[in-house]
Amino acid sequence: MIEVKDLTKSYGDKNAINGISFTVEDGEILGFLGPNGAGKSTTMNILTGYISSTSGSAIINGVDIFEEPLKAKKNIGYLPEMPPLYIDMTVKDYLNFVYDLKKCKLPRKAHLKDVCELVKITDVYDRLIKNLSKGYKQRVGLAQALIGNPPVLILDEPTVGLDPKQIIEIRTLIRKLGKKHTVILSSHILSEIQAVCDRVIIINKGKVSAEDTIDNLSKTISGDHRLIMRIDGAGKKDIIKALRDIEGVISVKADMMREENIWEFEIEAKEGKDIRYDINKVCQDNHYNILMMKNNEMTLEDIFLKITMGENVINNKDNKIGGTN
Amino acid sequence: MGAIYRREIGAFFSSAIAYIFLAVFYFFSAFFFSMGCLYSSTTDMSAVFSSMFMVILFLIPILTMRLMSEEKKQKTEQGLLTAPVSLGEIVIAKYLSALTLYTLGIAIFLVYALILAFFGTVSWTMVLSNCLALLLLGGAFISVSMLVSALTENQIVAAIAGMFALLILYLLDSVSSIVSWEWLSTLLIKLSFYTRYYEFTQGIFDLSSVLFYISVIVLFNFFTVRVFEKRRWS
Repeated sequence: MIEVKDLTKSYGDKNAINGISFTVEDGEILGFLGPNGAGKSTTMNILTGYISSTSGSAIINGVDIFEEPLKAKKNIGYLPEMPPLYIDMTVKDYLNFVYDLKKCKLPRKAHLKDVCELVKITDVYDRLIKNLSKGYKQRVGLAQALIGNPPVLILDEPTVGLDPKQIIEIRTLIRKLGKKHTVILSSHILSEIQAVCDRVIIINKGKVSAEDTIDNLSKTISGDHRLIMRIDGAGKKDIIKALRDIEGVISVKADMMREENIWEFEIEAKEGKDIRYDINKVCQDNHYNILMMKNNEMTLEDIFLKITMGENVINNKDNKIGGTN
Repeated sequence: MGAIYRREIGAFFSSAIAYIFLAVFYFFSAFFFSMGCLYSSTTDMSAVFSSMFMVILFLIPILTMRLMSEEKKQKTEQGLLTAPVSLGEIVIAKYLSALTLYTLGIAIFLVYALILAFFGTVSWTMVLSNCLALLLLGGAFISVSMLVSALTENQIVAAIAGMFALLILYLLDSVSSIVSWEWLSTLLIKLSFYTRYYEFTQGIFDLSSVLFYISVIVLFNFFTVRVFEKRRWS
């Protein structure tokens, strides 16, 4: 659906983005994650034809945005960082204007009504846009992107300025839209990406630092070598000592007493080493009872920080994360 | 293109600009008309038309100041540039919207001519060719001041710089009379907006002047498109 190759944009000798490549499949929701100024908006602006790229190509729905911009733009609904709203118009006039601007062929009244109901702006339909709250303006911006039912939606920080209830509503809406549309969504709110997207691309300093599904991303980074366990048995110190003796274990920390005389332990082993069997064996031998064992998977926050702070994350041959920093 | 045109016309009338523009235009044209024709008891409107030059020189930048600059400031141009319309269509739609409003202003001269027709014989070819000249002159002014508006984000800057640009064009005549090089002064006269317009008001219908104004309109609208284009690339 979307194919981006080696996209570069330079301002003078400064590269805003530098060789970004990725593909998005039909009906996928892709998340762009990155700190401020990483190049998320620049990439989106290029994809939608707002600015040009210095080099590289972007093909949307089989149409090259640089070769046939008008045709490509018909396939895209775009919500920029600042929704392009004419504040002196009513919501009704504005949406009608967008409808005409996009040369939309769908039945006008029914389509506009559908869009308004979808983003819940029916009650402000006749009001001037300048009198609307930030949250409503954002929704009108979203409505504007949805007009014409474009197969590709590009949303730049769609939940900025919304209250928590609205954020949840919009996220649900985006998930729903993802069934019929291909969506690219940018955000620096990690939990949002985690909640909405199928796949995530982490952009840092104008480059793709990591690209994978969220599950894989956390798996490849944490693996099975970090465990959290709740063990019942002897005293805290004995358990720690027993666990430390296992080959490959780097550190064991007792967390806190969770139940009566039962502690939680954080165990870290060498990378790539699966110590679960050994732990089981040790516990059996010492007659400890394992009440809980789980992988201490990194959250998206951890991954994000690790990647953007410049740590060389992983350079395993067979995973998709290239430590570009 | 139609969508942008209709929106611009709507924006002219929902802001005060259309009313102020038309009110000032009608006021001054009526003033010159009553002084030049009614009090002087003549049906010759050429003095009225030639006086309008200065009026539209100051009025047209007001008309166009918002057209481009406001889009940039409110970031609404992002909506236009990512919609399936070409840059040329955007510029032409905006140009035509300003031209439409300006034409509404000029139309008053037909009313004045009708008033005169009650008192005497009006040379209708004169009136119509003068109206055409005023339309062409205003059309050229709109294209110049619209380019100025595309270069800034600030309406006031757009208006003042637009007036400045148009005044410079007006001053070409005075400059031409003081330069000593023959070729330069001829060139400046040829480029003069005022001289060409004045010839019209004197009853000279010069096709080359018509072409001159049309070329200016095309050229400056083209420049405006280039300004947009350049912004995408830098």
